[in-house]
Amino acid sequence: MSEYGTNVLLQCGGLSKRYGSTTALDRIDLSLEGGRIVGLAGPNGSGKTTLIKLAQHLLTPSEGTILVGGMEPGRQTRGMVSYLPDRDFLPQWMSLKDLMRFYEDFFPDFRPDKAEEMLAGLQIPDRTSIKKMSKGTREKVQLILTMSRDALVYLLDEPIAGVDPAAREYILRTIVSNYNPEALVLISTHLIADVEPVLDEVVFLREGQVLLHENTDTLREKTGMSVDAYFREVFKC
Amino acid sequence: MNWTFEGGIPIYLQLMDSFRQAIASGEYQPGDKLPAVRELAMEAGVNPNTMQRALQELEREGLVYSQRTSGRFVTEDREVLTQLRRTLSDRCFSAMYEKLTALGMDELEIRSELDRWLKER
Repeated sequence: MSEYGTNVLLQCGGLSKRYGSTTALDRIDLSLEGGRIVGLAGPNGSGKTTLIKLAQHLLTPSEGTILVGGMEPGRQTRGMVSYLPDRDFLPQWMSLKDLMRFYEDFFPDFRPDKAEEMLAGLQIPDRTSIKKMSKGTREKVQLILTMSRDALVYLLDEPIAGVDPAAREYILRTIVSNYNPEALVLISTHLIADVEPVLDEVVFLREGQVLLHENTDTLREKTGMSVDAYFREVFKC
Repeated sequence: MNWTFEGGIPIYLQLMDSFRQAIASGEYQPGDKLPAVRELAMEAGVNPNTMQRALQELEREGLVYSQRTSGRFVTEDREVLTQLRRTLSDRCFSAMYEKLTALGMDELEIRSELDRWLKER
């Protein structure tokens, strides 16, 4: 269990990202510490995925800085960041077994024992070929592989969107029980109700800006609402 | 144990209530060892830091105590346990009292109606 330290693992200063004339992130200042599970919430197009991609060095900032574990995102930080993209990345021609070997080769911090335990928990046999899996099963497999690394930062972009409610619960428990207690877990989502009980903190993004960054229990106390209900009110259409 | 959470109340407070209930009802006996924080967090589907906070607060209240190396235990202090049961039952009574007075009943009527209800139940 981590005590409240000041181990900042993701830091943004005046961070902006523009695509042509569209501003996806607009001068963001944000500081996230290890030992926390943080929800990144906001409507579509608010900049969630852009922020995560900047942290993973899939994009470069237009302005400002972003630091992961004190370093600019790049080759070095990739080794300590476990990233779950918001879309299917599994190679269709592999079996689950192949995929596990692939991960072992590719990531020194990959823990096959962890992955096997979780796969068994969700009753996914490892002979299955990726091609034959349902969309939900593929999502589960991707999340399991991502969480089976002993990373310092986990970036999960919409990890539970396509998964059925029963498995969702299992997966959340999996996240809670498997992340390294010193690590930062950043979960982007617009389904806050599902992840709310596991979050330490929540960040609301609106039109590329940080609208709020708060401890979830403090927010519940202040607003007298669940974080989900408050989110709905703030982003009412 | 009951692990469902309501909207606008901090989750650590709701966790504390679940433990109070479990201790008062005897689901956790005096002197019982509590599971590890992480295990409890997983069972409840909550953040380990939140679970840790709930247990620390319960410790402050004297309902549980830690032994440096061996973990957390339910208090064996009879007085604390009696007080706990009283606090929880007071809470039920006060909710009931509020509803009955809202129905226009006075204390005398509440007493006699409660007696009648207990007999006929």
